[in-house]
Amino acid sequence: MTEAKNTEPLWWGLFSAGGVVAAFLVPVHIILFGFAVPLGWVSDSGMLYRNGLIKIYLFVLIALPLYHWAHRFYFALNDMKLGLPRKPLALLCYGGAIVGTLATIWVLLSL
Amino acid sequence: MSVVRPDKSKLFYRELPRSWWLSKQSYFLFMLRELSSLFIAIFLVVFLVQLYQLTRGPEAYAAFARKLSSPGWILFNLITLLFALYHSITWFYSSAIVLPLRIGEREIPRNLFVALNIGVLIVVSLVIWRLFLAFNG
Repeated sequence: MTEAKNTEPLWWGLFSAGGVVAAFLVPVHIILFGFAVPLGWVSDSGMLYRNGLIKIYLFVLIALPLYHWAHRFYFALNDMKLGLPRKPLALLCYGGAIVGTLATIWVLLSL
Repeated sequence: MSVVRPDKSKLFYRELPRSWWLSKQSYFLFMLRELSSLFIAIFLVVFLVQLYQLTRGPEAYAAFARKLSSPGWILFNLITLLFALYHSITWFYSSAIVLPLRIGEREIPRNLFVALNIGVLIVVSLVIWRLFLAFNG
């Protein structure tokens, strides 16, 4: 339990950074990739995502809000008093964000 | 640095019913705000799957984008957009408390802080939109 307390600032920092990314960058991407591209308002060949700088941007865009989700989801489920065991829940949430980060790195590197 | 926490066995806990967050509008809005992160995360995972399709070739990528034009996905993305905007607004309000902006000695009013952040959100969104069109045009 002491170990979990020591890593708290790290998770909180990632939560906070993810919150900023989600607040400023995510809405326009939902409009682009949720509506504009699928409905054919704009064309998207996908060539853009092979650029190194764009890959770094996409990494920040995708990975950081996952930690924001992990933090909020963990505490919201605890607050809901559903009687879910804390440790496995924390593992599922924060572990899920870490798996998502690794998957993002893997996909971006294979583009 | 260690934080001294009170002995838990000596604290008084009032048992809350599971439905506590349905009992008051502000509690319900709090839960909606927390839930926004789930929709945003699902959207980003779907976007990652879309990028993965690109590793399999441009046809797979285009086919995936077509799949997202179904009414179900459009509805999901509409709900996600509303949640994302709700996250943005509530995030700006909490930033106004956590990181108040000062001019000289005085903090700028909270509503002005939020309005400035909304302005930044709009400018950033327009720049990303223009850059996307410029590179894909």
